[in-house]
Amino acid sequence: MSYDMVLIGLAGVLAAAAPIVFATLGETLTERSGVINLSVNGTILLSAMASFGVAVVTGSLLLGFLTGMLVGAGVALVVAGFSISLKQSQVAVGFVLTLMCRDLAYFLGNPFIGLSGPRLPALAVPLLKDIPVLGPLFFRQDLLTYLSFVLILGAWAWIFRTRPGLSLISVGERPAAAYVRGLQVNRMRYLYTIVGGALVGLAGPAFSLSVKAGWKGTISGLDGYGWIALAITIFGGWNPIRAAFGAYLFVFLQWLGLVLQPNLPGVPSQVLQVAPFPLMILALSLVNIGNTEWVERTLAGLPDEVRRSIGRVLRSLRASPPASLGTPFESE
Amino acid sequence: MRRSASLSGPALMIGAVLLALLFTTGILLIAGAPPLEAYRQVVLGSLGSTKKITDVLVAWVPLLLATSGLMVTFAAGLWNIGIEGQITLGAIFATGMLRLTLDGGLPPGIAIGAAILAGILGGAVWALLAGLLKAYGGVNEIFGGLGLNFVAVALTVWLIFGPWGRPGVASMSGTEPFPDTFSLPALSGLRLSPWAVLLGVGGYLLVFLILQGTTFGLRLKAVGKNPRAAFLLGIPTVRYMLLAFVLCGGLGGAAGAVQVTAVYHRLIPSISSGYGYLGLMVAMLVNYQPLWMPLVAFFFAALNLGSIQLPIVLKLDSSLAGVLQGALVLFVLAVEGIRQRLRRPQAKAAE
Repeated sequence: MSYDMVLIGLAGVLAAAAPIVFATLGETLTERSGVINLSVNGTILLSAMASFGVAVVTGSLLLGFLTGMLVGAGVALVVAGFSISLKQSQVAVGFVLTLMCRDLAYFLGNPFIGLSGPRLPALAVPLLKDIPVLGPLFFRQDLLTYLSFVLILGAWAWIFRTRPGLSLISVGERPAAAYVRGLQVNRMRYLYTIVGGALVGLAGPAFSLSVKAGWKGTISGLDGYGWIALAITIFGGWNPIRAAFGAYLFVFLQWLGLVLQPNLPGVPSQVLQVAPFPLMILALSLVNIGNTEWVERTLAGLPDEVRRSIGRVLRSLRASPPASLGTPFESE
Repeated sequence: MRRSASLSGPALMIGAVLLALLFTTGILLIAGAPPLEAYRQVVLGSLGSTKKITDVLVAWVPLLLATSGLMVTFAAGLWNIGIEGQITLGAIFATGMLRLTLDGGLPPGIAIGAAILAGILGGAVWALLAGLLKAYGGVNEIFGGLGLNFVAVALTVWLIFGPWGRPGVASMSGTEPFPDTFSLPALSGLRLSPWAVLLGVGGYLLVFLILQGTTFGLRLKAVGKNPRAAFLLGIPTVRYMLLAFVLCGGLGGAAGAVQVTAVYHRLIPSISSGYGYLGLMVAMLVNYQPLWMPLVAFFFAALNLGSIQLPIVLKLDSSLAGVLQGALVLFVLAVEGIRQRLRRPQAKAAE
């Protein structure tokens, strides 16, 4: 495989990861506030279908993308309402919604199957596109991919470098303390669930109007990405940059499987296609294993030197969720 | 207090059903379909004749088995989303055992029995994997289970196209069908096997007894309600959790074995038919209590079967069943939430 081919392939990885990046960033923001939105997988399917439908009917890409974000925000509003105001299990509501939105997408999307619709064009950045290596990698993408780059840095800066971001962290970690300090905990949770949902919703049109353009019903090949995004959110330790790294790693592995397939005739293509999923589980356990009790116990029995170096590795991998994740907050 | 009490139970369910129907009717109108005609097709397609009703029962058995299993994991406070993979592995193990016995020339009765046992084992192993990942890898069972679901489907597809492929014509239609004698005997002229029904009802009763009538069940619920307190009381929580996974996986595996030995008579790519996820919804709808579960499972199975008519008669997608089922669970949760909200101030006043 030639050098240029690799470069094009990697640029393709960056573009193909954009929808997963959007969904992961959205979920990261939502979970930072203490709410799990488990509906991601269904939301992506429904917003992909709805935005494709709107784009086909109106011919407007912009309206398509807005529809996707609106659908995502709407589903998230249901999650927020049920979990924050009605105190129902976030996992239960999210799970039902993820199934129902998928079926809604397949039911309402029936008339759009196989239609040809608009597709976001590539937009090379003048001058920058001619930089060797970096140009073809980063600056010959479409608007959406650029947006994904900007949002990764933006979300990171928002959470870790601004005052509202600090409030967000405190609401997720210690809602009671944040409330005492005058933060409207539940209002903020509504806000971040909806904003995060809109970002998850953007992943839909990012698929159906760009990365996997079109709508093909049950064989659109989008089912499953939402679950991956949820796993990557954990893998990313609720940090946008680490989460983005996880998204790129996942898509890179998928691409690698595709590229390697002709060289590995003994391995059926189905195995390579799902290889990233068990790898994801492995990654999740690496992230979490430092938190488990038996590891601590085992480590305690090891000689000092070994313990310290293993401990360092585990600590660098370890990620702990926002302390109040999944638990409702009552002000009284 | 009296007012909120009158809102509970059957009234709550009826209200939720009406709201869910209203919602689905809206969706049908958006799709430009005649709602009443669509509902009529669903009812006729599921309950229109004795044969249709027995067909619903064919789907009811694996759903009942899977949901029964989920009752155990829910009692232990676990969200076993991996149930789909556990059903699939049950089907794979059952198929493998049938292939072995077919070559070995065993009598069909023993072969089928062995296949069902193998299915139970397969589901239990897959569930144990999710449990071990949770207990020793710190991987939440939702994500471990999901990952294993994907792996299970890949394994199925690989087997169908690879080692177990039909000679020359390996395709998504599945493996070579087993001879008629190697399936659970069905009633004459119908697809329903009384043996399968027996297995399903047996699995359900087993779970009902374990949860309602044994110390094990009581302790399991204690683990689910408050694992820390249970642990301090001397209950080995990890072992109970793993046992709950194994029990649920075994029942899921039995569902998979039924899919192979009584429904499809071969291994197909989507062998679980989504009964695992559907079972999770049934469990939520009955508020994780086993009493009404068989009835609700029958209702969901009927919706699934009836909606198959929609693409044929009205050119609509059959996923309408999923929309109605989801809306139903959602509105039950909503009504429940509103009821608790209304009751809270009153409870406070009573203190």
